[in-house]
Amino acid sequence: MSATARPILAEQLTSNLGGAIAPPRKNGELVFEHPWEGRAFGIAIALCERKAYDWEEFRSRLIAEIAAFERRNPGAEGFSYYRCWAAALERLLEDKGICTAKEIEHLLAAD
Amino acid sequence: MDKGSTHGHHPQPLPDVALRVKALEALLIDKGLIATDAVDKVAEAYEKDIGPLNGAKVVARAWVDPAYKGRLLKDATAAIAELGFSGMQGEHMVVVENTDKVHNMVVCTLCSCYPWPVLGLPPVWYKAPAYRSRAVIEPRAVLREFGLELDDTREIRVWDSSAELRYMVLPRRPAGTGGMSEQRLAKLVTRESMIGVAEANTPGKARKGA
Repeated sequence: MSATARPILAEQLTSNLGGAIAPPRKNGELVFEHPWEGRAFGIAIALCERKAYDWEEFRSRLIAEIAAFERRNPGAEGFSYYRCWAAALERLLEDKGICTAKEIEHLLAAD
Repeated sequence: MDKGSTHGHHPQPLPDVALRVKALEALLIDKGLIATDAVDKVAEAYEKDIGPLNGAKVVARAWVDPAYKGRLLKDATAAIAELGFSGMQGEHMVVVENTDKVHNMVVCTLCSCYPWPVLGLPPVWYKAPAYRSRAVIEPRAVLREFGLELDDTREIRVWDSSAELRYMVLPRRPAGTGGMSEQRLAKLVTRESMIGVAEANTPGKARKGA
């Protein structure tokens, strides 16, 4: 990460991203912007609770996905935390042999 | 949208992330790896029950009970568990105290480490690349953008949360709250004040923010 400060202001963070972000001083807000985000979140937690993996295994892949996104998009435009989350989850499940991308695509093609 | 995938594991971007997540959940249920209602239960708990109100109760207790505050600063995980808050991402807690000389703020530069049991899930801006990078580089400027103008004499300490250590700020108790009950004090404690991008509300402001 470069040391140059990015010219993005916190107030832009709270107003420019589709208006989906609650003002920072509001205590309590919509936790998930889209229903699928809550699903992706819930799947990752539920599997961890079932001991399918250690949380650290998930976290390291989440860090990698976020870093990869930021490398591809230096201005971090279009950043979606839960897209990174979903990609990290898929990667982990693939690595663990729990569920492959092929299986997902097969199911999607069948629908 | 980025088209060029650099890793071969799975195509990027997801054709439609919502459909993909739905398919994944169906597959996992089919494989017997998660119960049909498991995801609902998790999402509901984090949407309804687990949130910054828990952290506010911890702060209010620390404001009225010096012995508790001592325990909180010494072993935050245990002191927070005393009030019944524990669980995922709630281990290895460290509470840092704001004083007249020092202001603390918390970031997770790598991802989004955050103490879920006391603060719920992090707000969007906490996870955003701009906050994650700038909080470390120019904290004073970032705080100003949050509307917090700090005196130059007040030292700013930025704490980088990780899986090993998760930070929460103990904000200063606002002036004019001498006779207030713990319950009323808790209403002054915002999530932002526990991340360290704001002070706790003063009594006049409490109702607006809550």
